[in-house]
Amino acid sequence: MTDLTQLGVKDIRDGVRSGAFTAREVAEGFNAAVAEAAVLNAFIVTTPDHALAAADKVDAARAAGAELGAMAGVPIGMKDLFATNGVQTTAASHILEGFTPRYESTVSQKLWDAGAGMLGKLNLDQFAMGSSNETSYFGNVTSPWKKAGSNAAMSPGGSSGGSSTAVAARIAPAATGTDTGGSIRQPAAFTGICGIKPTYGRCSRWGIVAFASSLDQAGPMARSVEDCAIMLGAMAGFDPKDATSLQMDVPDWEAALNADLRGKKVGIPREYRMEGTDQAILDSWEQGKAWLRDAGAEIVDVSLPHTKYALPAYYIVAPAEASSNLARYDGVRYGLRDLPDGSGLQDMYAATRAAGFGDEVKRRILIGTYVLSAGFYDAYYTQAQKVRALVARDFERAFQECDVILAPTTPTASFPLGSMNEDPLTMYLNDVFAVPASLAGLPAMSVPAMLNEHGLPLGLQLVGRPFDEQGVLNAGLAIQQRAGFTAKPEKWW
Amino acid sequence: MSNYRIQGATGEWEVVIGLEVHAQVTSHSKLFSGASTAFGAEPNSQVSLVDAAMPGMLPVPNRECIRQAVRTGMAIDAQINTWSQFDRKNYFYADLPQGYQISQLYHPIVGEGQLLIEADEKAGIPEDKIIGIERIHVEQDAGKLMHDQHPTMSYVDLNRSGVALMEIVSRPDMASPAEAGAYVRKLRAILRYVGSCDGNMEEGSMRADVNVSVRRPGDELGTRTETKNVNSVRFVMQAIEHEAMRQVDVLEAGGAIVQETRLFDPGTGTTRTMRSKEDAHDYRYFPDPDLLPLVLEEDFLADCRASLPELPDAKRKRYVEVLGLTPYNARELTAEVETFARFETLLAETAKTIGKDESAVATQVANWALSVAPGVVKALGDEADLANATAAAQASILAMADKGEISGGQAKEIFEIVLKTGRDPAEIADAEGLKQVSDTGAIEAAVDAIIAANADKVEQYRGGKEALFGFFVGQTMKAMQGKANPGVVNALLKDKLG
Repeated sequence: MTDLTQLGVKDIRDGVRSGAFTAREVAEGFNAAVAEAAVLNAFIVTTPDHALAAADKVDAARAAGAELGAMAGVPIGMKDLFATNGVQTTAASHILEGFTPRYESTVSQKLWDAGAGMLGKLNLDQFAMGSSNETSYFGNVTSPWKKAGSNAAMSPGGSSGGSSTAVAARIAPAATGTDTGGSIRQPAAFTGICGIKPTYGRCSRWGIVAFASSLDQAGPMARSVEDCAIMLGAMAGFDPKDATSLQMDVPDWEAALNADLRGKKVGIPREYRMEGTDQAILDSWEQGKAWLRDAGAEIVDVSLPHTKYALPAYYIVAPAEASSNLARYDGVRYGLRDLPDGSGLQDMYAATRAAGFGDEVKRRILIGTYVLSAGFYDAYYTQAQKVRALVARDFERAFQECDVILAPTTPTASFPLGSMNEDPLTMYLNDVFAVPASLAGLPAMSVPAMLNEHGLPLGLQLVGRPFDEQGVLNAGLAIQQRAGFTAKPEKWW
Repeated sequence: MSNYRIQGATGEWEVVIGLEVHAQVTSHSKLFSGASTAFGAEPNSQVSLVDAAMPGMLPVPNRECIRQAVRTGMAIDAQINTWSQFDRKNYFYADLPQGYQISQLYHPIVGEGQLLIEADEKAGIPEDKIIGIERIHVEQDAGKLMHDQHPTMSYVDLNRSGVALMEIVSRPDMASPAEAGAYVRKLRAILRYVGSCDGNMEEGSMRADVNVSVRRPGDELGTRTETKNVNSVRFVMQAIEHEAMRQVDVLEAGGAIVQETRLFDPGTGTTRTMRSKEDAHDYRYFPDPDLLPLVLEEDFLADCRASLPELPDAKRKRYVEVLGLTPYNARELTAEVETFARFETLLAETAKTIGKDESAVATQVANWALSVAPGVVKALGDEADLANATAAAQASILAMADKGEISGGQAKEIFEIVLKTGRDPAEIADAEGLKQVSDTGAIEAAVDAIIAANADKVEQYRGGKEALFGFFVGQTMKAMQGKANPGVVNALLKDKLG
């Protein structure tokens, strides 16, 4: 019998439907794989019973001849930023340690309704702030990948590092991620998997611990473009509980997948040729162009002139929103409360938040508080919003000349854990290619392209017009078919 | 112009007043959540996940609250902004679960409007005055801290957390406590007419922040102070009076006014410092990224407009011009929703019962509603059962009076019995003999007898002493035991005395 943990979403769904294996067998297989891989620290809590219960429900439904949902029998990892009813939800923070919501996020509920089960809550950068998964209160996640000739623990990327590791290590066929400024795409690129951030508003934010509300979007992380299309279909949809949710029908992305790109134009943004980008990354970009040309697309040069201002603008807007979004963690109603003897309300706030937030979270709260304060607001926040509008306009203009944009996902491959901690700015630069699409709210995806000279995966990024997830997925599929990326980390855990 | 001046030791001072009125929007659920807004519930029994700011919760605007704010704006002739935005006002406090209040700083839903306060000599308002309203914005209320539940800790009740408030900001156009009082009363009446706020100041549905400064007549504006959360018309007036006097004292002693937030103490009628400008929060306002800009469609605005009732000024004008009421009666009747509602019901019922136009009976009904009926009710005190004072019963009494079947005094007596017993007025008139005689024959006999018995007075009257007419009326009424129709008595006497 095949090792079921090697299968992805589509194969598991089809196998369960056809009766080739049961959902329970799948869940048991992955539960065991999760248990074996504890050293990767991908999960903050595991929920094998949840996965089994969902599987049994699917098996019973199949036995009764009922129609099965899009994710029926697929056990997934849930980033620990999604509120899960009765299961601890921490955002990888001390301040929410032990917090167990009595409600279920819209996206996770939709996945359960589609027949998925939960293997556990995945580790992440604390409050989704980080690009290496080193800011979690529960310890960093370790990538299953190793640099050739080195035993150094590598970064799985962030903030969805638990998700990328779990999927790359085959301990989950797919996982949810969230992307505020690259948190799905960068870890996907680092670990040789696919991940798509849909158009802002496609997936409800209700029940997802907020980082930066105007940027946060949930999306799937899986090992193929098809798997992403299936899972995104189950996650997306209008939600009246989220005022920024898109009131649009969800297309059948899987059914409309088509790698024939004849008649399509692929834009190559010249401003993305930046100093400090690895040669291997530039080579993979060239290779990507060749693959898409081979798929029938015309390659055109486009300009995104405000690209270099995107990252600075992002590091004003996102911390500003975060400083306000995280004000609710105050020790009054839930989560950590640190109440020193004889202290008052202000002391309780200070003590609770000092103990409850990690350094990176504090850094961003401070930045955000600063840029919003009287006298600085116009110089920083207002100016950043103007830049944001200009970045969005750049894309609008570029999409008059092309249908989809191809760029690297990251300027480097994965790096050893601890190697980038000296200067937060170096770490922030890792999201330089990912952030512009976030600011513009556009659908963007990373697909694996190849391994670099050190045997580490490199990803290519596709950015589409608003609501054109299909165009992004199709171009991704064209690359996937030509890249033939089958490399997987050697099991060392 | 107001002639209100404070006489200081060194001369006269003018007072400049602006008010920020917080009015709780009448709606079943909160501004951004489905939780109930009913007053007086058990602590923390009306709190949704959104109100408690649980992780991942999001606000969704309540259309009814938006509608009420727009209708209120329309009622004060204000600019309605079809594009507005919610902002976050950031500060930490235990009654503020999100760590920010969702409000509207940069782009409020309602812009420039105005309100008329009417001349009231007695109150010290010599002429009608327009008070400018700068804006109305909607925002969330905070919860409530309870300090009396535990010896060392404070408890938090989040029932009010997230309830929709309208903040109605006036221009600094008021120049006396009387004008400020009239403004609050008028604003309250408009809100209650529109139905956007119940105006209940005791329950905190309406409260005012009072901005006061003083200056020499004609000078530039002085430095102002803001006195927070004043919750009655009387307290608003007291707070202004005290605060203006305090400022004059400070200035005349050579001091300077500090821009600060103050608290009003209803017990002493005085204000005291709450926090100075140096301690002011930096609220770090920015547009709430959880909410899209609020765009109002034409249909929605048309619906809001169509749903507006006749407003106090228009109603008062109609009462004078169409119903022929005195300006005083018109103002009294339109001041409160309950008053005009009762009046209009009774007016319609009376006109129908009598079979005349409303305008033909309006004065009679207004006098009844404003003075006769309240007089009877007051005199009866606890004996009066107001449930008996139905429009039908009162209309029946008014109709009998209109036809001359009963006198004014009998009307009062009948109403008194109605209030006590709920019996039918016509039946009371019959059974209790409370009817006046209009039978010419009986009255004529009485008149003849009186003329015969008072030949000397008849002589004097005919000789030009016309004041004696009253004597003859009185004698006739006495002979008829007060039940003669005075009109008939008058006519017969005039005829017979020549």
